[in-house]
Amino acid sequence: MYGKGLRPLSIATVAMIALSLSLVFFYAPLDADQGFIQKIFYIHVPLAMVALVGFIVGGVFAIAHLRTDNRKWDAYSYVSIHISVIFGVAVLITGAIWAKASWGHWWVWDEPTLVSFLIVFLLYATYYPFRYAIEDRDRQARYASVFAVTAGAFVPLNFMAVRMAQSLVHPRTFATADGGLPGEMMLTFLCSLAAIALLWTTLVKFELTAKSASGQVKRLRRALDAPASGGSSRIAPEVS
Amino acid sequence: MEWLFAAPALPLDEAGKYVAGAYVVFVVLLVVYVAIMAAKLQRIERDLREVAAIAEDRKAEQREEVSA
Repeated sequence: MYGKGLRPLSIATVAMIALSLSLVFFYAPLDADQGFIQKIFYIHVPLAMVALVGFIVGGVFAIAHLRTDNRKWDAYSYVSIHISVIFGVAVLITGAIWAKASWGHWWVWDEPTLVSFLIVFLLYATYYPFRYAIEDRDRQARYASVFAVTAGAFVPLNFMAVRMAQSLVHPRTFATADGGLPGEMMLTFLCSLAAIALLWTTLVKFELTAKSASGQVKRLRRALDAPASGGSSRIAPEVS
Repeated sequence: MEWLFAAPALPLDEAGKYVAGAYVVFVVLLVVYVAIMAAKLQRIERDLREVAAIAEDRKAEQREEVSA
């Protein structure tokens, strides 16, 4: 019953995205230093935060899978990482657009925040070929879980290392000195963060529901001794 | 690195296209994802229809066997 509550969740997500976009463009003041391009941060930073937390959540589900050997947790872990990778693509593209507007360059290699996020993204990009390389589904699930736990532990370590590295140019959303974000900007940012977190949850639930439906059809086929129509994924875990 | 610190805020008419670009990228990614999911759901629906047809055929065969 993965689809339970999907409709209210989707409605809440759409409402929250609409609210946060209204706040971004009609309520939040223009940044004195960055001007209008600062509006990119209301989408870029929440996407980055949710993607990184999503990777950690994928690791937590993987721990549950390794502890219980229940394939359901492997599916949760896979889907969490899958959606976070998609968000990661959006983070890299929106970040590059902001960098071009602000710094005049699409990418700056000596900026720790950018490079560290790219490393995390590329690490998780290897998750798919890693899964795909293993034929046996039990081994595939087990090895993928070990990967998810290891990579999930790397994410906060990487984040802390970057924080300690004293960034030169990348702005900090929650600055510890000089006041940080003013009230209106903080409210807008928190609404955007809630909207993106809701979107992540909705997409994870949506993906799990689709996988569950696909798994039920396969079970029906097996029960009827009917041959599979083909085209099923070898990478994605089955959910029944 | 001085050029990075000295980068001034862009005027609204120039910054607008970058902001629009960032939000359009987000929407496009979302739409592509929804399109892929729609294709997957279509495949599931087709599979379900096939399975339902097989089940109905089996039932019809059983009925014919009983009546014969």
